[in-house]
Amino acid sequence: MANEFAIHAEGLGKKYVIGHESQRERYVTLRDVMARTARRLGRTALDLMRGRPIVEGDELEEIWALKDIGFEVNRGDVMGVIGPNGAGKSTLLKILSRITEPTEGRATIRGRVASLLEIGTGFHPELTGRENIFLNGAVLGMSRREIRAKFDEIVDFAGIERFLDTPVKRYSSGMYVRLAFAVAAHLEPEILVVDEVLAVGDSAFQKKCLGKMQEVSHGGRTVLFVSHNMQAVQTFCTRAIFLNRGRLAANGDVRSVVEIYLSDAAPLTSTWVRPPGRPESLVFFDRINARLSGKQPHLQLNLEARILCEGKGPDFYVAADISGSLGTTLMQAFPEPEPFMRCIEGEYILNLEIDLPPLVPGRYVAHLWLGSHHTQTLDWVKDAVEIVIKESPTASRAYAHSPLHGFIAPVSRCQVTRLERGSPTVIPASRP
Amino acid sequence: MRVSRPAQSSVQKSRENEVMAGLTTPMTPKDQANRTPERVLVLEPGRAERNYWRDLWLYRELFITLAWRDVAVHYKQTVIGIAWAVVRPLLTMLIFTVVFGRLAKLRSDGAVPYPVLVMAGMLPWMLFSTILNEGSNSIVSSANLISKVYFPRLIVPCASAVVALVDFGISFVLLVLMMFWFGVRPDLRILFLPLFILLAMLASLGPALYIAALNVRYRDFRFVIPFIMQLGMYVSPVGFSSARVPEKWRLLYSLNPTVGVIDGFRWCLLGGQSHLSVPSFCLGTAVTGVLLWLGISYFRKTERSFADLV
Repeated sequence: MANEFAIHAEGLGKKYVIGHESQRERYVTLRDVMARTARRLGRTALDLMRGRPIVEGDELEEIWALKDIGFEVNRGDVMGVIGPNGAGKSTLLKILSRITEPTEGRATIRGRVASLLEIGTGFHPELTGRENIFLNGAVLGMSRREIRAKFDEIVDFAGIERFLDTPVKRYSSGMYVRLAFAVAAHLEPEILVVDEVLAVGDSAFQKKCLGKMQEVSHGGRTVLFVSHNMQAVQTFCTRAIFLNRGRLAANGDVRSVVEIYLSDAAPLTSTWVRPPGRPESLVFFDRINARLSGKQPHLQLNLEARILCEGKGPDFYVAADISGSLGTTLMQAFPEPEPFMRCIEGEYILNLEIDLPPLVPGRYVAHLWLGSHHTQTLDWVKDAVEIVIKESPTASRAYAHSPLHGFIAPVSRCQVTRLERGSPTVIPASRP
Repeated sequence: MRVSRPAQSSVQKSRENEVMAGLTTPMTPKDQANRTPERVLVLEPGRAERNYWRDLWLYRELFITLAWRDVAVHYKQTVIGIAWAVVRPLLTMLIFTVVFGRLAKLRSDGAVPYPVLVMAGMLPWMLFSTILNEGSNSIVSSANLISKVYFPRLIVPCASAVVALVDFGISFVLLVLMMFWFGVRPDLRILFLPLFILLAMLASLGPALYIAALNVRYRDFRFVIPFIMQLGMYVSPVGFSSARVPEKWRLLYSLNPTVGVIDGFRWCLLGGQSHLSVPSFCLGTAVTGVLLWLGISYFRKTERSFADLV
């Protein structure tokens, strides 16, 4: 069984050519402009003759979205593909699902592949829910007979019986997503390739999706699963590969790969700087800096914010929301008393110190809010800074934490008393 | 690249042998039950798909579904819906009859009334031009599908040809009614009509595939198509019989693949008065064949990069 591979890749690479407008000499003289136009025309003509695609811009750059990727996935493995944005995860999935061809290298695949790079691919807004189930199913590679057999199950899962014969353009976005996922969830290929499709819908629906994924991963199918959600990856996958800037940075069992990824990822201090452009209010955040200190389970988050005040305004105060990797807001830090700052022209440094509860390892995001009243928002920086927690709050725990069981692992103690003849024996247990 | 090919293919062959060997090792009964004949797929740059046509066959259900979708969506949210398939050729025929028949005094062949002659030319022309138009835009307009799932891309333009065929079927009823009205009675030659319908579709699919593939790279072709269609209507024998073309230009004229198709339609439908010139028909069919071959081969050569460009 050991050499029963489902996917075998060696030396896979994918190159894209992109064009830039050169920044150096931005339309200085007419002569420059003419020379540049002539050069561009010449190149376009050359491209046209060679049958190459036209690239906008006058500077060409080759980008290897993937380079030298080799790995093997055994039959029945559930493999996570992780890495920061732009690491080439989606490109890899596209190659494996035959949407695009590699520039070099080769991949051998045994079995029928279904790819789920987005949900609702091929949905047509004018068609009814019923028609779209058949359409989407066919697009994802199901036969009509298969769809007919699962039709009731799909409708049931989506919970849209009443709207089956309504065009999907009249659906609410929630219904639309549910229907789309319901079709996708009933795919039964030998190899399933999934890209971050869990990041949709409300939390109840996400939970349903996570449950379905778990079911799939226990069903003995080969699954490739791209996600930014480390908890989900650790829950469903047995193995993982870590891509970074198009290269394979780690390959192995899921825990060690996730560990490498988290330690490789953003340093503990994370900074947000206001992008150029005028803010709407007189007072706003200009720069936010996050730093972790202390040891689990007594971590402390220090948020340092530079606030600019451009005139006289109402008194204001600041709050910070912290959310987990699934986008759920976990807590709000709300320093009192309020309002505690006067809006007088000037530059201010605010230091916010938050005692964190025992959070499970993963990525968290802090959002900063500034306002004069809870209904009067003056500035709100969503997804301001990222906080990566690596250390587990429960040092002795042998298995990974899962988001299905929450983000907070409270320090807990227990003791067991054996009730028997004679004196009670007390066994101290599980100390963090 | 070309030099290293033989070496590569031998590596590939040895791998395939390994794979085959893997399959012949004894399996548990449960394994065997779970296993349908397995497909081994090798993805490599520049690799021509050996089982392209088999793949196309495997994806026939998707073809049917996409064709059905195109047909279902075609007249959605229109007031007169399917009647458009009648109104379009009817109005064009009326304009032709007034402008060319009455004002320019173009005459028909023999006894066939001019409106019937125009209609019998208009239908294959519309079939041809609709396929050309829809087919060549089809790949770009289904970009969302193409960048998210794999299937043989040939399905998309072919599915849009089905819509044109359905439209053709509806407007054909109009022609039948007109033939009753004017008392034009077809003879047994009408049995050849399906052949000419097929020929019309093939004649337009060739260029449509070629332009569809080019359109992915160079969107200029989006602007070329309406121009071709406007011009083509006058260049093709829609408003007149090709017997009007001077004898010495006849062969050159029949290089236009629609000439053979339209002549064939009239030959099938309008009874004894119209005749089909064999050399020009053969020439037109040959041109159709060459265009189709060019279209398919260019399409297949470029379809693997569609997802990157579209």
